Amino acid sequence: MASAYDMYQEQILDHYKRPRNKGVLEPASHHAKESNPLCGDEISLYLVVDGADRIADVRFDGQGCAISQASASMLTVTVKGKAIREAKALDKEAVLAALGIPLSAVRTKCALLSWHVLRKALGASTKDT
Amino acid sequence: MARAARILLNVPSIKKDFPIFERKVRDKPLTYLDSAATSQKPRQVIDATSDFYGRYNANVHRAIYELGEEATREYEGAREKVAEFIHARSPNEIVFTKSTTESLNLVAYGWGLKGRLREGDEIVGTVMEHHSNHVPWHFVRDHKGVVLKYAGVDDDGRLRTEDYDELITKRTKIVTVTHASNVLGTINPVEEITKRAHEVGAICVVDAAQSVPHMPVDVQSIDCDFLAFSGHKMLGPTGIGVLYGKSDVLEATEPLLGGGEMIREVHLGSSKWNDVPYKFEGGTPNIAGAIGLGVAVDYLTNLGMDAVRAHEVELTQHALERLGALDGVRLYGLGDASRRGGVVSFTMDRAHPHDIASILDVEGICIRSGHHCAQPLMERFQLPATARASFYVYNDVEDVDRLVAGLKKVQDVFA
Repeated sequence: MASAYDMYQEQILDHYKRPRNKGVLEPASHHAKESNPLCGDEISLYLVVDGADRIADVRFDGQGCAISQASASMLTVTVKGKAIREAKALDKEAVLAALGIPLSAVRTKCALLSWHVLRKALGASTKDT
Repeated sequence: MARAARILLNVPSIKKDFPIFERKVRDKPLTYLDSAATSQKPRQVIDATSDFYGRYNANVHRAIYELGEEATREYEGAREKVAEFIHARSPNEIVFTKSTTESLNLVAYGWGLKGRLREGDEIVGTVMEHHSNHVPWHFVRDHKGVVLKYAGVDDDGRLRTEDYDELITKRTKIVTVTHASNVLGTINPVEEITKRAHEVGAICVVDAAQSVPHMPVDVQSIDCDFLAFSGHKMLGPTGIGVLYGKSDVLEATEPLLGGGEMIREVHLGSSKWNDVPYKFEGGTPNIAGAIGLGVAVDYLTNLGMDAVRAHEVELTQHALERLGALDGVRLYGLGDASRRGGVVSFTMDRAHPHDIASILDVEGICIRSGHHCAQPLMERFQLPATARASFYVYNDVEDVDRLVAGLKKVQDVFA
């Protein structure tokens, strides 16, 4: 059972069922939205960046599969309180490692959707590195 | 020809013809419920394609030598089988393409874009079309200034044919409709719709990708002008599709591809085209694909399309009942299996379709999740995605039961 359902570990289901920082932040200093047309996953990200270039508050909104929504929730927890510089330095490998689950190529896209939105909101490149 | 549906399909014996069912997926027997996307292939079809490459590979129509004649004979033989399968008047009404998509694009380009459409002319589609029967008409609209209109869909998944009272007018030049929806399964009254089109002098284009593989289709009784379908959804190889067209309509259609095979004579600066259907088959065709499709047609004819249809109605009815009895499962489309194809779309209260598909995958069950290349229809039902199980000749009631057991596991995970 454990190996069969690796993708839906406790942590993922917990963030999916009880998302952290979910909702709309207004006014937000940074905002971006992306969708994955393949499956209809949608993530909006709202950031409030303070005078010290620190992410004082963050919310995400959207709909989609457990993987996309849980990873968005986890990402908000990760970046909250971080300097913009640190948030920009967060690479996709780190995001995937934090999820800690095996993902196929298709589901990796679900997992990285919120990371792409974060990059977009911060005006950073989302090109593969 | 058509044989009585007295005996339903012998699935265990059919399954033995499909080598893929010998393998395991994630240590589980393969439960393949995605035939609306592509069907599996029987050994007969696989052997026929490899036989072509291994024994008589040569280009068709031009070679003088024996191999070339064999290849041409088999390729043209496949055209005859396809013609007979859909009751065309002549094999010359069968054009080989690479897919339903190419067939529909050929019509949009050769009859629409390069044809006699004028600004202000109207094309009438429906909300339940696959993207491949939307986008080619967008091209035509963008280049010719024609107007696109769409018949709607009821909440229960029925095509609102009453919309045609308003939609079809003297300005209508093309009416296009899917024979069977790839999401809802709805079977549309294409005979009636063709009649409506003809009353105003329009042509009717039928997307039969989800019907020809699954039920008896008679192009003469439908009376449509064009009908498109794919080989790979009907036990045949990928990369081979069919465009049926009435002879006179094909004559009036311009080719999509210029090159070898499709010409009668070429001079510097000018060329004369070959006869129908060859003028549409520029370049070396998918010979192995066509031959494989011919064998797939033999296979289906042998089973009997009435029996195939009856089998799928039975499976679909069983699936609608079993899935409908599950808590939190919502079904889309008509409740009466006799009015729909073997396609069952559903959503679950707590689990996204992608998560449903991922968990079923662990159980060796293949289903589709997403928008099924029918975004306008998904928007109509305000759904980002659905899960979809679809059936074919190698599926049985046990497959449906395995699906239901899998969905119970999904419920457990997301409880």
